[in-house]
Amino acid sequence: MSLLELEGVEAVYGTTQALFGVDLALGEGEVLALMGRNGMGKSTTVKVICRLLPQSAGLVRFDGRLLAGMPAHRVARLGVGLVPEGRRCFANLTVRENLIAAARPGDWTLARVHDLFPRLAERAGQRAALLSGGEQQMLAIGRALMTNPKLLILDEATEGLAPILRQAIWDVIARIKRETGLSILVIDKSLRELSQVADKAVILERGRSVWSGAFSDLDAGVAGQYLGV
Amino acid sequence: MRERHINAILLGGLLATALAAWGLDQPFTITLATKVAILALAGVGLNITLGLGGMISLGHAAFFGIGGYAMGILASHAQNYTPLMEAPLLIEGTNSMPVIWLVAIAASALAALVIGALSLRTTGAYFIMVTLAFGQMLYYFAISWPAYGGEDGLSIYVRNGFPGLNTLDPIQFFGLCFVLLCLVLLFVARLGRAPFGLALTAARQVPARVEAVGLSPYRLQLVAFVLSGAITGLAGALFADLNRFVSPAMFSWQTSGEIMVFVILGGVARLCGPVAGAALFILLEHWLGALSEFWHIYLGALLLIVVLFARGGLIGQIAGREAAHD
Repeated sequence: MSLLELEGVEAVYGTTQALFGVDLALGEGEVLALMGRNGMGKSTTVKVICRLLPQSAGLVRFDGRLLAGMPAHRVARLGVGLVPEGRRCFANLTVRENLIAAARPGDWTLARVHDLFPRLAERAGQRAALLSGGEQQMLAIGRALMTNPKLLILDEATEGLAPILRQAIWDVIARIKRETGLSILVIDKSLRELSQVADKAVILERGRSVWSGAFSDLDAGVAGQYLGV
Repeated sequence: MRERHINAILLGGLLATALAAWGLDQPFTITLATKVAILALAGVGLNITLGLGGMISLGHAAFFGIGGYAMGILASHAQNYTPLMEAPLLIEGTNSMPVIWLVAIAASALAALVIGALSLRTTGAYFIMVTLAFGQMLYYFAISWPAYGGEDGLSIYVRNGFPGLNTLDPIQFFGLCFVLLCLVLLFVARLGRAPFGLALTAARQVPARVEAVGLSPYRLQLVAFVLSGAITGLAGALFADLNRFVSPAMFSWQTSGEIMVFVILGGVARLCGPVAGAALFILLEHWLGALSEFWHIYLGALLLIVVLFARGGLIGQIAGREAAHD
């Protein structure tokens, strides 16, 4: 049974429809890459999953429960951990405070997050607003892990980072997959890095899922047609 | 200077003032210090809502008044030897401070739950107006409640008792109020550092981000509002005991404004901001009040200066921006 399922999901911003039918399924322990060019509905799909935007049609099921009508904080409590686009840490809290404010009981503790990101331990007393972009990204991932999720959603987690930091983030994602078996939904444009961690892929085109399958089946023709690479 | 040193100096100064006045046989000064401790307690309550939660409540006089009337009603029935409710549900009055405090805390917390549950569905100016409206509703209710003095208020002839203490002795009553203030400050300091306080601070900044990590901003704010109301209610009960008098003025919007002035003068979100603010307010009231009956004009000017040029309040000016999550 899939941990996360979307069937024919549609969503609108005011009077503008953004999603026209998104389908995807993500099993436990799998890593799914949600791909597509800019403006195709990837982040909107994440917002619908997290109930930050209500779907106007279709079904979203997580861990066997339909999410329609549920407030966003309850979805997160069911086990959906979001690393939002643009990091969005609590700017005026310190690193340590950011982590413990969101903490829920489980395997992920402050010590384990510090083990994953030693830099966060070094910067524990520093305000999040004063961190570098890479450190803020580590904090955003650490904060999501501290909620002890069943599903980790990474929305453009490496965007805007220096190459060395991007690789560090990809290494961490690979380590989380290898060591924890956490289900991960990742949005990114880097095919090469995604190929290191992703088991499956779904491609969105103008708000619709137009291709899905094993990541290894994603050939140059599909990538060229839908991703422009 | 670090904020914790300033806090220690403030609390130590308040205690030293009362002790020195006791040594010099100046009971009026002890009463002033007691008033500072009690009003600071009310400000500490509001500071949870305003400082940690970022909710501008103009209705905290409602809780201050409920605490005051809880004391007034229970004590008046005790002094008149009449039950509050007749049999079969017999409820007697009492002049025991601990019982009165518990009733004041419970009643004001319950009122805060109801007022908060409704008013927190709004934000900004609407939240201010809804809390103000609740305060004024209770004010007019108290005015039109002849059983407990109506507009004239209610006098209590003897201060309520606390086991092992002579509460009529000003220094002993001050000690009681000071210990309560310190205990509440300790509680609020721990609250601010606990995950709840941190999440509340985060919810003040960006509610949507807090939701995304599984916390309900509404619930966080409601719990904070209830805690805040309960502390302000306790302060109201002590204030009524200090004056041995309760009146509808405790519910008035001017009282809400004054509690907010303590917090702003001392420093919003600063642990001992309300202590500094209440002390300054009482000093100004005492000194400037002796010079001119229009002393509020000078207070208004000072408030303007603080809001325009010293936004961290007195404590913020000395400690800088290090501690507050502002």
